[in-house]
Formats: sequence, C-alpha cells, structure tokens
Amino acid sequence: MTLLSFDWALIIEKLILIVIIVLTTLLITLYTTFGERKVAAILQDRPGPNRAGPFGLLQPLADGLKLIMKEEIIPTSASKWLFILGPGLAMTASLMTSAVIPWGTDVHLFGRTIALQVADVNIGILYIFAVVSMGVYGIMIGGWASNNKFSLMSALRAASQAISYEIAMGLALIALLMTTGSLSLKTIVADQAAGHWWNVVYQPLGFIIFFICAMAECNRTPFDLPEAENELNFGYHQEYSSMKLGFYLFAEYVNMIMSSAIMASMYFGGYDLPFFDETTVAPNIAAMIGVGTLLIKIVLFVFLFMWIRWTIPRFRYDQLMNLGWKTMIPLALFNMLLTGALILAKL
Amino acid sequence: MSIIQILFFALSAFAIISAVMVLISKNPIHSVLWLILVFFAISGHYILLNAQFLAIVNIIVYAGAIMVLFLFVIMLINVKKDSEPQKQFLVKLLGVVAGGSFLTLLVALVKQTGQLQGRTLLMKDGVIGLIHPLGKALFNEYVVPFEISSVLFLSAMVGAVIIGKK
Repeated sequence: MTLLSFDWALIIEKLILIVIIVLTTLLITLYTTFGERKVAAILQDRPGPNRAGPFGLLQPLADGLKLIMKEEIIPTSASKWLFILGPGLAMTASLMTSAVIPWGTDVHLFGRTIALQVADVNIGILYIFAVVSMGVYGIMIGGWASNNKFSLMSALRAASQAISYEIAMGLALIALLMTTGSLSLKTIVADQAAGHWWNVVYQPLGFIIFFICAMAECNRTPFDLPEAENELNFGYHQEYSSMKLGFYLFAEYVNMIMSSAIMASMYFGGYDLPFFDETTVAPNIAAMIGVGTLLIKIVLFVFLFMWIRWTIPRFRYDQLMNLGWKTMIPLALFNMLLTGALILAKL
Repeated sequence: MSIIQILFFALSAFAIISAVMVLISKNPIHSVLWLILVFFAISGHYILLNAQFLAIVNIIVYAGAIMVLFLFVIMLINVKKDSEPQKQFLVKLLGVVAGGSFLTLLVALVKQTGQLQGRTLLMKDGVIGLIHPLGKALFNEYVVPFEISSVLFLSAMVGAVIIGKK
C-alpha cells in the first residue's frame, strides 16, 4: 500500500490510535466531572449527585444533554468568528498534548508492531511545552471576542498567570532533562521502566514545582483567578452558553487529565507497574497492563487535583504573582543548580 | 510530486496567505492572530528540513510567548479601528519604497549567492536542526557569540526591570 511513496497503513494505524485516545479521553473527562462533584460532596459531608441512575452514574450524561439542549447565544457586539474559535482552540490545544504520551509498550497485531504512542518525536517534552503555551490563546481569544470587560480582565489574568508559571515549569523541566539526558518521552518512560528508580526520586523538588505550575496552568483552585466568580462574575466564559461553554469547562478537565498523564510519565514511571516484571507475560498483555497502570496513576493525580481544589481557598492576585515570580522561579533555578552540581559531583 | 513537495507548496501558500492577511486586516487583534499562523507555517517548514528543535522553539518563543504579549498589549490599550490615525500619503509612499528596496536587496542577495544557484531545497536531510548537533555546535564552535548574546539578553532584562520600576 504505497502511494506517493508513503506507507498509508501507518497513517490508518495512527488515525485509529488518535480516535481511540480522543474518545477515551472525552469519556474519562465526562466521568471526571462526576468524580469532581462526588469528591466535593465527600469533602463537604453531603451525598452529592445520586438521582440519575444507580449511584448517580448517569449524571454526566444528563449534564451533557442539558448543555447541548441549551440555546446558543452569540452576543451582537461580539466578534463572531473569534467567539466561535475560542472554545474550539481551548479544546484542541488540551487534546493535542496526548500525541506524545506513551500509553504503553508496543502491541503486536496482524503482524505489525504498533507503538501505543501517536508520535515519538525526539522533542516530546518541548512539544508539550509548546502546546501548553498555545492553550492560553483559547481563553484570550474567547475573553476578548465576548466584548465584555469582565471577560477581557479574566482573559488578561489567565494570560499573565500562564506566562508567569510557564517559566518555572520550563526551569523544572530543564532539571529533569539534565538527569534523563533525553527529550523523548518514550525514552524517559522506558528508562524508568527498565529497573531504574522513578525520576521523582532524583527530582523531588522539581516534581513539586512542576505540580504547582501544572495546577496554575490548568486554572484550578487555588489558582482559578481567571474564573473568580466574586470579582469577575464568571470569568472569560461569561458570555458563552450551550456547548461552547461546555467546551471551555471540559477543556479544563481534559487539561487536568493530560497534565496528570505527563506528570505520571515524566516523574512516576509512566506505564511501569512497580515490582512487576513485564517480560514474564505475553507482550500484548504487558501492554494492556501498562495502559491500565498509567490510567490508575492518572486517576490518582486527578483525585489529588480535586482534593486540593476543595481544601484550599483561592489566592489573591498579588499573592499569586508573588508566588510565581518570587518563590517558584528562584526555587526552580536553585533546583537546576543543585541538579547540575550533583551531576558534576557524580562524574 | 512527492508528498514532501506537496507539503512544501501547501505550507508556503499557507504562510504567504497568512502574511498577506496580517497586512490587510483592519483589526490589530486579527493581524496578531494571522501572524501566529505565519509562525506555525514557518515551523512546518523547519520540520520539513528535519529541524524539529528549531520548529518547536519557534512555536514556544514566537507563537507562544511573544505573540501572547502582543495580544496582551493590544487588548489592554484597546485599539479600535476607527481611532487608528490615518497615515498620510507621503508616509505610505515612503513605506512602499523602503519595503520594495528591502525586497530587491533580499532577492539580489539570494540570486548572487553561489551556494544557492541552481539548487532545489534539500528536504528531510541534515541534522543541524536536531537538538544534539545544535547543542554541540553552540557550545563548541560558537561558544563566544552564544555567551555574548546571553549577556545581551541579560542586560535587556535588567533594563526592562528598571523601566518597569519607574
């Protein structure tokens, strides 16, 4: 199957993989919203959603249906194209991260070796960094196109917050790169799975910095300044209704899942199940075990995000900026220097 | 045509159309958004040249950071298309002359360079854009210019902080 001297079977294989990953992510996202409400309910000592279906399990479907059925409103003074582009960009950027995450070891099907990773580029980490910096455009464009001063203020807040925390995030990543010596996520995860310690052992401070910055990039409480209801009414999505609003809300959860997947892959061994030798089982079964392990790690991280959200109140804006510029960046620089010194001492 | 040529022409058309849209958009926000698309197209060209690192750094630095600041400033000062001052005819004429001369200069330079004469673009070839060769070249052969440019960045940063404090 070669047309234009190109292996089209590879394209089909990757397309199927992309569709599976996107659909699974969206399905998990649906149930993350349910999980968030349940976790909030448990932490606040109340039952939470329990009416739709057994244990309220159909609640996310009811929520989705409600969002779709609502009236689509585009404000007359809004910039129409950008108003529609905003939520689409937010969703696309958050889903694009999934391309470089290795979901498991290779699968052997129909005589082909299929890598459970859409693109093994040797700049995987930088790709994630680029996509994260794209994510802020969805919010900025949406907030500006709404032609509402609260939305605009919120969009500007989101942008400055994202830029501030991206710096510390990048510096934390540099320290990780110094220990791994590779930018490819596949190599990083394979190294951890091949019997070394997980990277969090070498980079505990780097992980904490990365985690805090990821929380800020996802606009989660205590960093949800762009959506501060009591100051900005609702934030950048104030003028949005129906599924366009739904896209913004879902994009936040997709972001959360993706950053959990990245943290699990970079610091916690990715698809590596600890104290288990994958070579003792068939390769396909080992791959499935890997996918399951990664999913469990993602769920644990998502739970951590929710736990923090329902425990800590929101920062004030100047506190947020002080934390970003005067605490996180010096800490990340110190971490980088320390890592460099330790590597030099070991040589 | 091979798939690389198809991609090359598609990306080039994409880049040129976006660049023209930057110029003819009345709204400065739209101009900035088109400019981001131009950077994406250029990154696509870098990938065709097997320079993945340069491609992604182009996106992170230009499309991701600098353009966000551009958007930020334009949104804050809130430029409306009505309030934009109309430029005089003479200023427009001078702009056309200056731009045209620069274009002539560039074309003349490219036509004179012996290395480029009679050659088509090498695609999917070379390693200088990958991270390892690039890092080795920067820190071995070009270490002095590299350090000088980093000092320049540092002084620009200090200057920005001092201006911001005033």
